[in-house]
Amino acid sequence: MKENYTGKPANRVDGHAKVTGTAKYAAEFDVPNLAHGVVVNSAIAKGRIKSIDTSEALALEGVLEVFTHENRPGYTWLDKHYQDEDSPPGSPFRPLNSDKILFSMQPIALVVAETFELARYAALLVKVEYEREPHSTDFEANISNAYKPKKYKSTPPPDPRGDAEQAFAAAELQLEEVYSHTAQHHNPMEMHASIAIWQEDGSLIIYDKIQGVQNSQEYISNAFGVPKEKVQVYSPFVGGAFGSGLRPQYQLFLAVLAARELKRPVKVVLTRQQMFSFGHRPTTAQRIAMGASPDGKLQAIQHNAFGETSTFEDYNEDVVIWPGVLYHCDNVQVSHQLVSLDVYTPLDMRAPGGTTGTFALEIAIDEMAYKAGLDPMEFRLKNYTDTDLNEGKPFSSKELKECYRQGAERFGWANRKMEPRSMKKGHQLIGWGMAHGGWEAKQKEAAAKAVLSPEGKLEVSCATADIGTGTYTVMTQIAAETMGLPIEDVSFKLGDSSLPKSPLEGGSWTVSSVGSAVKQVCEKLQEEFLKVAQKSGHEIFKDAKPEEVSFANGRMFLSQAPAQSVLLLEVLALNEGKPLEAKVSAKPAKEQQKYSSYSHSATFAEVQVDEDLGTVKVTRLVSAIAGGKIINPKTARSQILGGTVWGIGCALEEHTVMDNHLGRFINHDLDKYHLPVNADIPETDVIFVEEKDEIVNPLGAKGLGEIGIVSVAPAIANAVFHATGKRIRRLPITLDMLM
Amino acid sequence: MRPFTFTQVQDVDTAVQEVSAEGAKFIAGGTNLLDLMKIDVMSPSHLVDITKIALNTIEETEEGGLRLGALVTNADTAYHELVESRYPLLSHAILAGATAQLRNMATNGGNLLQRTRCYYFYDTQTPCNKREPGSGCSAIKGYNRDLAILGTSEHCIATHPSDMCVALAALEATVRVKGPQGERTIPFAEFHRLPGDTPHLDSNLQPDEIITAIDLPAQGFAQHYTYLKLRDRASYAFALVSVAAALDLEGSTIKKARIALGGVAHKPWRVPEAEAFLQGKEVTTENFRRVAEAYLLGAKGYGDNTFKVELAKRAIVRALEQATKMEPTS
Ligand SMILES: Cc1cc2nc3c(=O)[nH]c(=O)nc-3n(C[C@H](O)[C@H](O)[C@H](O)COP(=O)(O)OP(=O)(O)OC[C@H]3O[C@@H](n4cnc5c(N)ncnc54)[C@H](O)[C@@H]3O)c2cc1C
Ligand code: SF4
Repeated sequence: MKENYTGKPANRVDGHAKVTGTAKYAAEFDVPNLAHGVVVNSAIAKGRIKSIDTSEALALEGVLEVFTHENRPGYTWLDKHYQDEDSPPGSPFRPLNSDKILFSMQPIALVVAETFELARYAALLVKVEYEREPHSTDFEANISNAYKPKKYKSTPPPDPRGDAEQAFAAAELQLEEVYSHTAQHHNPMEMHASIAIWQEDGSLIIYDKIQGVQNSQEYISNAFGVPKEKVQVYSPFVGGAFGSGLRPQYQLFLAVLAARELKRPVKVVLTRQQMFSFGHRPTTAQRIAMGASPDGKLQAIQHNAFGETSTFEDYNEDVVIWPGVLYHCDNVQVSHQLVSLDVYTPLDMRAPGGTTGTFALEIAIDEMAYKAGLDPMEFRLKNYTDTDLNEGKPFSSKELKECYRQGAERFGWANRKMEPRSMKKGHQLIGWGMAHGGWEAKQKEAAAKAVLSPEGKLEVSCATADIGTGTYTVMTQIAAETMGLPIEDVSFKLGDSSLPKSPLEGGSWTVSSVGSAVKQVCEKLQEEFLKVAQKSGHEIFKDAKPEEVSFANGRMFLSQAPAQSVLLLEVLALNEGKPLEAKVSAKPAKEQQKYSSYSHSATFAEVQVDEDLGTVKVTRLVSAIAGGKIINPKTARSQILGGTVWGIGCALEEHTVMDNHLGRFINHDLDKYHLPVNADIPETDVIFVEEKDEIVNPLGAKGLGEIGIVSVAPAIANAVFHATGKRIRRLPITLDMLM
Repeated sequence: MRPFTFTQVQDVDTAVQEVSAEGAKFIAGGTNLLDLMKIDVMSPSHLVDITKIALNTIEETEEGGLRLGALVTNADTAYHELVESRYPLLSHAILAGATAQLRNMATNGGNLLQRTRCYYFYDTQTPCNKREPGSGCSAIKGYNRDLAILGTSEHCIATHPSDMCVALAALEATVRVKGPQGERTIPFAEFHRLPGDTPHLDSNLQPDEIITAIDLPAQGFAQHYTYLKLRDRASYAFALVSVAAALDLEGSTIKKARIALGGVAHKPWRVPEAEAFLQGKEVTTENFRRVAEAYLLGAKGYGDNTFKVELAKRAIVRALEQATKMEPTS
């Protein structure tokens, strides 16, 4: 019997290393002669540095150098040399490039000293005088200056279909509202950190916190003019990133710069406060105008988003694709405009665009369901779509109806009374709400290498990352299953820029892309293996074609006659003590282009709202997910739970506060920027519905990193409405809005 | 963090002596002071570690009350048998604050002297009169959701963030301190200050004085009490508004009522005249409403925190209802 590793819960292969502390994160590598850098950040949001006095800091014994725009060596100036794989169109920020201040908390100096403590102290002694200019950070005040970017970073808003304006005007049921949320910051547990070591031969070794080592490699190679082969980046473990590690952050540039000038290894670790000094989920406002017939058929949707960006890059995300993906409606018009402010460029944050767009659309849909007098789930079923109307393509699979069915049943949705304020326990108003969501299941090109040692140990590798999602584990499962080896004999390597080419770890495409490459490289290895067996005169396989043999339990056998088999070790022994190797680059199949592929979710939430005090507590959550084949139900469940927790935070807690007088995010630590704590999280049910998809990729798996969050916040907002009768269209929902 | 010297002392007198040096500060649990030192909000040049001084016991007083040593941890205080049975309001208030790990480190003396959580106080690159007298108050025109609505001044609208202190105010505790001039006691209501034009001063403790103990009077309101804490998440957050309510009831008649508010002022907020109104009254929602109105007389919102005026009123009513019904926490 073939051992099926995929589809079954597996413990994390790196779990032991993580809990025993042997798993090393970027800042933890022991490097001899290491110097420590601490960043000084700007106090103002706009203007220039009039003077920067580093003499007091430099006077301390043990302080090696203070780098500022005044003494930063003049490397390349060209925008393209600072662009990375995830850059939006524009002119990327270049640390210490000039005296100009473009946003509050901009890095303006790096103090390097023998010890971290000394560097931190010296950083306090750097005296800066500014020439202030009036800044603009007020999103609402600047929304009238919104513009359409020349180029979109992500998908341009889909073209209009039908005539939404006219259909809206003619519709009997109409809704027109604005939905908004402020900025949110990623706040992974591990702060961003880099260690840079210049070797005597001019090559560079880097340990970096990043969601793609090859992105850092390319960036540093361009910015410092070093050939790519001479830049080696490692990032074996990442303590969460959620998108914050998609782009190389400024600590990397500064560490490399300092190490080069000082001819010594340098480490730069950001503080928690500095984690608020770069990318974030942008402040966004969305106008939705929706028209429907009295019996609840959608007739028009206009979805017009306004998102924050910086003054130097045009960041946008897929906020307005969702009407076309999630609903059948013939008249749709969408747009996405940008509001440029004196802030750092926003940055993809878990389900970028999906979290934002779905929150607005799914509240609007709930509102429309109420206008039509229909149960919100029934309303959604009535406006269900089997095609992606943005692309005019059928879905490769879509088991959303099954998500509704199983989720509703687990939750007990059938017992819901329509009218708000219909359930109460003591002072607590009880409400039930639901929402659904989607996330694109993309496959990107990825390469992988497989090496089977003479001892029968398989190592597969790719330069991808494991940001806590379980990449190490699922790749090991896929490889072990494909090669028919015990999982203990298989290992997976990642986080090393010299490994085969990988896309960034993002967009929920790693299992799909890298997983497909792992599968294919193992299949190629099987072919090599068969060749060796044939060359060494194994009679039974003499005429066998690769598709006629199978691998299981450490043996190769004829699929039609499983008794005819040979031990892999036996064949390997005949290969003159050499390992067997294979390499592939896996590309999405042509067939995929005829389809659109999305994972889907349906979330059901119960809340209790205190009728006098406005406090909200989520008391129950059920999320049903259609994500294709679930490779590892255990790590998959963790992904969805994490997304759910984040959805609760998004609905009720997370927001970065911009003080417009100072032009500065002001709640920049974890005391003041609230993430959910254990006490905020209810019993959460995660259901994976069965979904077969032979088109999406060779694994049939869709990726789960982001689908877990998208429908949670609107489900909670809708439950709050059901509990209280108050419709809140601004996140987070706090007690003062409900008193 | 700036360099500092460090010494550990064994007795109160040496502690007082050591702390009289320029730039010296006591350190107890360090849960507040060290955080502030790391971000350069406080920068003592000399730290006097007092954790080895024998102020770590809880004992009964001759007056029938309890003496809580200044160095007993918040956790040990909250779970002490006599505190739990005779002053459960205090236990509940302490346990509504921070986290288990922090309460294990935090001491009673340190809790009284913890500093405000105003956003701007924590960011040395912004103006703040409390941190840097004369630099201005960023919060009044800035973000002030967490800040005060009562007893504020044009110089500062910070709150005192402690939960424990709200219960201590309601219980009318006394703070015992010792300085170069010897011992003295400070009634709890006079321990913390209002900001006025000296927002840099949080309390009336002199810089060279040490807190040795907190005395609780005999009456503990162990029957009818509630600590109601309203905040932006279910734990590990400071109060937007909190209420320590304690009632001494005879049937449904109120013999004595104590109410203290947290999260609304630079000190735990009490209005004794309003409490007196309840004396001899029945436990009705109407009476609770009237006392709530009286408590918030003169309250002033600053925009983001204006909702607290109404929230505090509702919280008072709810806390008194719960105390009546013997429901100790929210
Ligand atoms: C993340 C976080 C969350 C928190 N949440 C809450 C909460 O929800 N509610 C709440 O009430 N508190 C909360 N706290 C605050 C916590 O209760 C205080 O930090 C703690 O009580 C301080 O005690 P300590 O012994 O650690 O004081 P230290 O940090 O050692 O000292 C604080 C100050 O008191 C002085 N001091 C200490 N002891 C004495 C003494 N005997 N005599 C004279 N001066 C003295 C010190 O010089 C210093 O200025 C939180 C703290 C943190 C870090
Ligand atoms: S309220 Fe007080 S602590 Fe806050 S900024 Fe103003 S002066 Fe500083």
